[in-house]
Amino acid sequence: MQPLAINHFSIVNSLGAGSGAITGALRARRSGLAACDFETVVLDTWIGQVAGLDEFRVRSDLGAYDCRNNRLAQLGLELDGYAAAVMAAREKYGAGRIGVFMGTSTSGILQTELAYRRRDPHTGTLPADYRYAETQNTFSLADFVQRYLGLTGPALVVSSACSSSAKVFGHAARMMAAGVCDAAVVGGVDSLCLTTLYGFNSLGLTSRAPCRPYDVDRDGISIGEGAGFALLEKTSAQPAAGAMLLLGVGDSCDAYHMSTPHPEGMGAKLAMQHALDAAGLAPTDIDYINLHGTATKANDASEDKAVYELFGAATPSSSTKGSTGHLLGAAGITEAIIAMLAIEQGLLPGGMHTQNIDPALHGNYLLENRDARVQRVLSNSFGFGGSNCSLVLGAGG
Amino acid sequence: MRVFVEGVGLLGPGLNGWQASRPLLAGDAAYAHMPTVVTASELLPAAERRRTGLPVKLALAAGRAAFVHAGRDAATTATVFTSSSGDGENLHHICATLASPEREISPTRFHNSVHNAPAGYWSIATRSHESSTSLCCHDASFAAGLLDAAAQVAVDGKPVALIAYDQPYPEPLHTVRPISASFGMALVMAPQATDHVFATLDISFVPGEASATRMTDSGLDAVRAGVPAARCLPLLAALARGATAVVILAYGKENHLRVAVAPWQ
Repeated sequence: MQPLAINHFSIVNSLGAGSGAITGALRARRSGLAACDFETVVLDTWIGQVAGLDEFRVRSDLGAYDCRNNRLAQLGLELDGYAAAVMAAREKYGAGRIGVFMGTSTSGILQTELAYRRRDPHTGTLPADYRYAETQNTFSLADFVQRYLGLTGPALVVSSACSSSAKVFGHAARMMAAGVCDAAVVGGVDSLCLTTLYGFNSLGLTSRAPCRPYDVDRDGISIGEGAGFALLEKTSAQPAAGAMLLLGVGDSCDAYHMSTPHPEGMGAKLAMQHALDAAGLAPTDIDYINLHGTATKANDASEDKAVYELFGAATPSSSTKGSTGHLLGAAGITEAIIAMLAIEQGLLPGGMHTQNIDPALHGNYLLENRDARVQRVLSNSFGFGGSNCSLVLGAGG
Repeated sequence: MRVFVEGVGLLGPGLNGWQASRPLLAGDAAYAHMPTVVTASELLPAAERRRTGLPVKLALAAGRAAFVHAGRDAATTATVFTSSSGDGENLHHICATLASPEREISPTRFHNSVHNAPAGYWSIATRSHESSTSLCCHDASFAAGLLDAAAQVAVDGKPVALIAYDQPYPEPLHTVRPISASFGMALVMAPQATDHVFATLDISFVPGEASATRMTDSGLDAVRAGVPAARCLPLLAALARGATAVVILAYGKENHLRVAVAPWQ
């Protein structure tokens, strides 16, 4: 594919608000995970919660969209000069020439969960202040972001579970290649809710400790929340040295099981291979792999097989989910941005909480931070339904 | 963007398959509203069939019919799924459970709650490892899916199946988001002419508001207006008539899609 420029991005999650805070937390090896105290949830698990959302309100003209997920979206849009950069792009290209491609798994479902508690005891009707389209509907996020930024190009939400906000890069790239838009706001937001906390618990997939990707004793995920956005623009045939680029996107389906990854990592391998092919790169061109690395027994074993078959045992890799938790529909964009921060900062982030790497796994899993020149990163995002997506990001020159 | 249409699948109220619905959509026979008939997909093993909700059945039935019509192998074709609301029945049960003292969600309900559940079951049933996505754009979910699928056909030069579906919510959600019927449709589109191609679509994303094309028959227009996935009906009507036509589909607040339909022999 034609590389696309990423000159602006923003990020917020339990590690902090903004690229500086996230980089600082990664350098200091500070985790955002804490014992679960979310809402009325009673579960023995750890979560990565973003502080201050209960008091936060979305911009008053978009008050109907006010919910935890859109609050988190607005928080992210205002960080790192992102909204201002989109305003400048709007001046340059026109509001109708910028697309909005968002990923989320649960959108504003918390709003519906809370509204169900307030159903009329006699009629069962939902409270009058409940706003379906602006909060519950999966599209709510892209609708909110598009209105917030005053854009009128094509907009959509990708909701393919935990690959959602990695896939948005592919949608945006295609829409730009097809000439439908000149630039794209891509990103993802997922926020804590009871459905995912109790749901993953029902599957026995949540850990009672902070998640430990690739550990021999790993026993499940820690759920987190967060937002991330990137602005995709076309680039010249010879991008400037150091320019941040989307080089490749690859996706695939496991065609195996709804909630268990393919045991041999077949779909994961296909997605990584497609991303490398799209980038015109070989496995040896990749300096660091940001793994999906959820810390479930099945995911890490399956992903490791796929990585080992394609890359061998040398390429440094880690999962940053020990720091952020699993951001589900926002995991793809979050880890794409961490990949770009790794390139910018020359920092390979070591995975957190992992004590003893599972001897059955073959990858070169980093337990400590490493300073190194990082030119190209592959980032993996795999989800329920066997939905896989890999991204290749790199610096020009 | 030009795409070549090879196959159509359709399941809706009084619309029992593409071939049976063609005369109704073309205006050659009278339309009568009847409940949507959804048969369990033979694509899935019995155990899986019991575990899946109606949206999966709708999507798989419409998708399979379109591939049979297209004479194409689903295992080697990319897919774009699109739905306004996904599995509303399942959402209702989860939210009702979470509002109760017990809060014990069933694991099956949880994994079926993802918006890409039909895409997941489809890939398992067809053994397809091809690219697949699952979209939502509220009332414009069909238009968003059509534009995305067309861009994929045009840019990647590969065939793509678009599968759109919607299911009514139970109460109390039905009151706040009325969807009038269960509806599933699929279009198999190719980047160039093949033996099965019977029409072309030239799809443009156009700035500015425009009135969406409506159905002549008031009953069919009520279906179009009542179900987001059924916003495809004017496009299917143009395909059923087999003559050139321009169909306008509402998309965003300040834009729309213009689809020029032409027969192909």
